[in-house]
Amino acid sequence: MNILVCISSVPDTTTKIRFSKDNSTLETTDIQWIINPWDELALTRALELKDSGACELVSIVNVGNSATEPVIRKALAIGADAAIRINAEALDAISVANQIAAVIKVESYDLILTGIESSDYNGSSVGGMLAEIFNIPSISGVSSIDIQADEIICDREIEGGKEKVSVTGPVVAIVQKGIAKEPRIPSMRGIMQARTKLLNVIDGMDFSADTGFVGYKLPELKGACKMIKEENVAELFDLLHNEAKII
Amino acid sequence: MSVLVYIEDRKGTLPKQSLEIASYSAHLAKMQGTDVAALVMGKVENDELNKLSKFGITSILKSDDDRIYSSNPQLLSVVISQAIDKTNAKTIVFAHNGTGKAVAPRLSAKLKAGLATAVVGLPDSMNPFSVYKKVFTGKAFASLEIYTEIKILTLSPNTHEIVEINTNLNIEKFNPEIPENLQNIKVLETSAAGEELLLSEADIVVSGGRGMKGPENWSLIEDLANEMGAATACSRPVSDEGWRDHSEHVGQTGKVIAPNLYIAAGISGAIQHIGGVNSSKCIVAINKDEDAPIFETADYGIVGDVMKVFPELLKAYKEFKSS
Repeated sequence: MNILVCISSVPDTTTKIRFSKDNSTLETTDIQWIINPWDELALTRALELKDSGACELVSIVNVGNSATEPVIRKALAIGADAAIRINAEALDAISVANQIAAVIKVESYDLILTGIESSDYNGSSVGGMLAEIFNIPSISGVSSIDIQADEIICDREIEGGKEKVSVTGPVVAIVQKGIAKEPRIPSMRGIMQARTKLLNVIDGMDFSADTGFVGYKLPELKGACKMIKEENVAELFDLLHNEAKII
Repeated sequence: MSVLVYIEDRKGTLPKQSLEIASYSAHLAKMQGTDVAALVMGKVENDELNKLSKFGITSILKSDDDRIYSSNPQLLSVVISQAIDKTNAKTIVFAHNGTGKAVAPRLSAKLKAGLATAVVGLPDSMNPFSVYKKVFTGKAFASLEIYTEIKILTLSPNTHEIVEINTNLNIEKFNPEIPENLQNIKVLETSAAGEELLLSEADIVVSGGRGMKGPENWSLIEDLANEMGAATACSRPVSDEGWRDHSEHVGQTGKVIAPNLYIAAGISGAIQHIGGVNSSKCIVAINKDEDAPIFETADYGIVGDVMKVFPELLKAYKEFKSS
């Protein structure tokens, strides 16, 4: 069984988000780029499945320009066997899904993993779109994956409960927290090996976008926090009732 | 060019989220000078469906075919696209929940219809069509333009005020064609939804962090939550330690929520946590460290030990309620 993990390069989760003066673009000067946290958990689970002998090869794919290569190298250092970078701007979710579908041969993989969203534009879209373009099943909100013979068994979170499903590949599993406990950290040996692993760069095709961002805004600034004395907590509910009018 | 809204039930009743997207879709249809139809799958009695007439819905397509199940977004997108053809809908609205996130992208690719997810309000422009959505996991908002004729939106919970408008409602049976070859996902078991309040829909959320010291102290959180009719949540270290289930984790890599009132107990307020809760209308923080960053985001703060403050809060709330 072979697994493909789709990897997105996103600003570190501790980044203070700022935009240009006219609010038209993200200020990227001080940003550290990381593997999208859900993609990193997906990769970790894929490598656990490889360690257990349930899968032979774990590959990764990314759509982006050369600026995303450090993140791809990190994924290789964590343990992915091979990487493809599709050299194209990630215009929107459908353009990314089309770029991947144009390069990847779906019959080469049994399981394709994507994170449930990316922590930058929160689209939650590429996995489902990719499955639709390939005309294969997708399972969303996946919080655990196991492989038994040629069956892929997933737990998925549903509104207020859980569900266990099984499917045979190829399938896209869209994963969320819980899929792996902690993201795997690259070892020194992994970092050395990553330098010689195959990173295949393929030029993307000319896919158009269906959507585009026209401007950004930050949440409204909060006023000062009103402090309530520990001895007089009852005041809180008066304030919530009479001032904030929340309860 | 009507609007079609995908309405889900929970054990035969319509949850708040469904009423919210119905009301949102009715408002959107009014802006476009058109009607709104609802698509309902599942076993919902007409009495329950009639509630939708209070939220501006004029027609319902209803199917309770057992072969349609929400665990299979491939099948569901085939069924929904037939309803879109039937109603000639040009805007399709989902809740930004598990089903919406699973189905809307597939439908978007199938119909070549531009998709905006995690939308937080009505369009800020109709021509060109653009809507604000959450980006950077709650740290910012972006206006997204959709270029295509058919548009698909998923609406973040607790972002649209439900407005009652009475309309005449027509319920029609919908019999979609269901391709047999797409019944390819087997449901092995379901630990079904209880009656409990969903974190994503709750008006009040009481949340605990590392300052709670251990899972054995969670009764403090639960007691106040029960008394206030609130859902419970936690910060990331708490779910990573296994003190609480991952489904309760709010923050950048967990759930992003927008209740009316968020009470944060023993949570320092790392930037990743704030991203998940800063759309709350009002935030109350209780922390023993007066320099904790949570106080920069909170509206009301109490500096003190949660172990001591919470029992007092519970007592004070009971008195407030009885007064």
